Amino acid sequence: MTWLREVLRRPAGAFGAVVIVLLVAAAVVAVFWTPQDPFETDPFHRWLGPSAAHLFGTDRVGRDIFSYVFAATRTTVLVAVLSSVVAALVGLLLASIGALGPRWVREPVAVLIDVLIAFPVLLIAIMLSAVLGASLGTVITAVGIGFGVNIARVARGEIRRVARTGYVLAGRASGLGPWRSLTDHVLPNIAPVFIVQLSLSAGVAVLSEAGLSFLGYGAPPSTPSWGRLLSDLQNYVTIYPLTVVWPGLAITVSVLAFNLFGDALREATDPRLRSSRRRSER
Amino acid sequence: MLRFVAIRVALLVLGLLVAAVLIFLTLRVLPGDVAQVIGGTRATAEQVARIRTGLGLDRPIPVQFLDWIGGVLHGDLGRSLITGTPVATELGAKLAVTLPLAGLSLVLGLGLGIPLGVLSAVLHRRVGGFLIAAAAQAVAAVPVVFAGVLLVLLLGAWLHLLPVQGFPLDGWREPGRAFASLILPALTIGVVEGAVVLRFTRSATLEALGQDHVRTAAAKGMTMTRALVTHGLPGVLLSVIAVIGLEIAALLVGAVIVESLFQLPGVGRMLVTDVANRDLEKVQSELLVLTGLILVVGAVVDVLHRVLDPRLREQA
Amino acid sequence: MTLVVRGLTVRFGGRTAVDGVSFTVPDGGRLGIIGGSGSGKSLTTLAILGLLPEGATATGSVLLDGVELLGMRERELARIRGLRVGVVFQDPQTALNPLRTVGRQLAEPLRLHGLATRRQQRAEAVRLAALVRLPDPEQLVDLYPHQLSGGQRQRVAIGIALACAPGLLLADEPTTALDVTTQAAILALFDGLVEDTGASLVFVTHDLAVLARISTDVLVLSEGRAIESGPVERILGAPQQPVTAALVAAARATSFRADES
Repeated sequence: MTWLREVLRRPAGAFGAVVIVLLVAAAVVAVFWTPQDPFETDPFHRWLGPSAAHLFGTDRVGRDIFSYVFAATRTTVLVAVLSSVVAALVGLLLASIGALGPRWVREPVAVLIDVLIAFPVLLIAIMLSAVLGASLGTVITAVGIGFGVNIARVARGEIRRVARTGYVLAGRASGLGPWRSLTDHVLPNIAPVFIVQLSLSAGVAVLSEAGLSFLGYGAPPSTPSWGRLLSDLQNYVTIYPLTVVWPGLAITVSVLAFNLFGDALREATDPRLRSSRRRSER
Repeated sequence: MLRFVAIRVALLVLGLLVAAVLIFLTLRVLPGDVAQVIGGTRATAEQVARIRTGLGLDRPIPVQFLDWIGGVLHGDLGRSLITGTPVATELGAKLAVTLPLAGLSLVLGLGLGIPLGVLSAVLHRRVGGFLIAAAAQAVAAVPVVFAGVLLVLLLGAWLHLLPVQGFPLDGWREPGRAFASLILPALTIGVVEGAVVLRFTRSATLEALGQDHVRTAAAKGMTMTRALVTHGLPGVLLSVIAVIGLEIAALLVGAVIVESLFQLPGVGRMLVTDVANRDLEKVQSELLVLTGLILVVGAVVDVLHRVLDPRLREQA
Repeated sequence: MTLVVRGLTVRFGGRTAVDGVSFTVPDGGRLGIIGGSGSGKSLTTLAILGLLPEGATATGSVLLDGVELLGMRERELARIRGLRVGVVFQDPQTALNPLRTVGRQLAEPLRLHGLATRRQQRAEAVRLAALVRLPDPEQLVDLYPHQLSGGQRQRVAIGIALACAPGLLLADEPTTALDVTTQAAILALFDGLVEDTGASLVFVTHDLAVLARISTDVLVLSEGRAIESGPVERILGAPQQPVTAALVAAARATSFRADES
């Protein structure tokens, strides 16, 4: 796992890793405990500023904003992880078929990928939620498909590149079937690019969930969500400006962490950068 | 070259067709019943059935699809299932808001992102370059919604500079006010997308900095900076053009969100409302138009890129 | 044009890549710099015109006709580059701008130093293309680099370096990236052109045979340090340092085999 060490060596990567770990830890803790009940309304203590009892203050119906933001980490982590998994599967599947299948399959898949890329995640989500109703599942599926297609395009190029390298061809020549060739040779080589894309997809997932929940297509009212909180609070932002900062910052910092981690990962695993480092030492 | 354009147009048409099929099929799986929505909660099963037949919703799916596509090709995008008004006319009015919004956002995004991206690459060994890059990273992570709210606070409420919400009822007949209402929303999208463009431009410029031909140019009789600007930048701009196609999709997504946030009567907000109303005819045409826009811009960008890069010009 | 280098030291990537190298190239002289990879020979040449890669720093003294080049401001260096010193780089694939025609790139040094107007560009480019024996110069100047072969691109690079008839030519392994037959042709061209213009030459290579062909004096570098220097016949015939001896022995071994076949 030398790449992990490389990533942590960079300040950006270390920052990203720390925030991600904190986020996951908060999410796990939030499953069992939050400082107060995030949904408990208290009409006598509305719109309070930050205090010892309410670290982030309270909202329009008296809910403790800190507890809500804390509870919403569950949603965020869930969406980020599941979306990435779906995106990975979709991407890998499409890419493998699109790169290694027989000619009559490759061409249509290539066209399909290029068309699907034109469908932004938001439009897919709107379409799906019109059909399936607004839910986290909609968000996860939409991000999974939307970003999965992006991953497919990147991965397809990588797979084709690797599949043409000398030693893979040698492997095929010596009798390795196409599937074994894929798992033994191709996958380990595209792994770095792949993992980077996954980290970025987590960032996209969090942003999408925020935007979709804001529009009403994401988390239902019973599920705590930063996007939803933003939607609730933004109507009163001119009167109570501080409140929107908490969910907004939470989203920004999380996405930033995923992006920084992904960037550091990319730098650590990019073979080109590695060789240029060697060149400068000659 | 002509051959490439022809193939690209064919791919565009194919893409539009696939998009239309995907949109149509997905929406037809709809569990909600428009006829029920129109009829109201107290309508009898008979009345609902009559409404459904009247709207042509009981015909076989392929027939409905061909009917829709046929209409689209003639400019008839169907009628709202709920109000009966033709989709095309309403769409036209909304596009008059969304397209300028997207255009302004693109201009702002490129205008901010490209120069700052180049600058941060040229200064990459100094604090200034690092700060710009770090700021761009942070801004790119901000959800459009939050950015919009912050801008409303900064420029709208506290400084009272610009109209905060809404679009003048007279629309573009009052161009000054109309344009002013688009500035904050466009700035919201523009700043966030500009950060993305900045990071891309920065990495492209960094690559250009190390390129051999830039060094050759300097060796001819220039400073390294001039060599970078005259020989390195054109290559950078070329790769930015390739990215613009993807940016358009992000811009339209941003438009959907800011239209809701800033109460702008554009296609995005219309889409959100129509989905809530389960107004199938409108939703499918709106989605087709939006996706079509993205695909068309993508095709135009592809051709442009091909024309401008001599290495690609003669390939089949 | 004379070049006097004293105590040139280049630090790059935390190491000292070139350590106190000194040499002199008299007017019309031809110095071949030879060494293995990692010897610092490329960086030595690049340091002369301030074309070192980012992060590299050079100290010492580089006197071109008595004028100190190290530490000179970019703007003044720009007036010397191309006009009084020409450079040919190693990799013809990447040395030319892919987005501009060959003709424009050939004529650019002349335009930069005010030696040709916009209208004279094309004619000058054709002249230079003919000078470096490119086929069909009138048509070729309108082509783009990717439409030329490696050898042709390197001829263009030579044409660019010689455009303003500089008094000093720096060549950083100009034939290394080419196949053997093209190498010979390019080398012959180079030799002839330097002879005709009477320019001083600094030629970097790792190939002893090339060195013997083109230079009159030799500087041997190893791990950033100058090991030995002297006239080419003496270096090849009676090398005094073990590094040099090893180089000569290796080269002789290869050429022996060629003789036998």
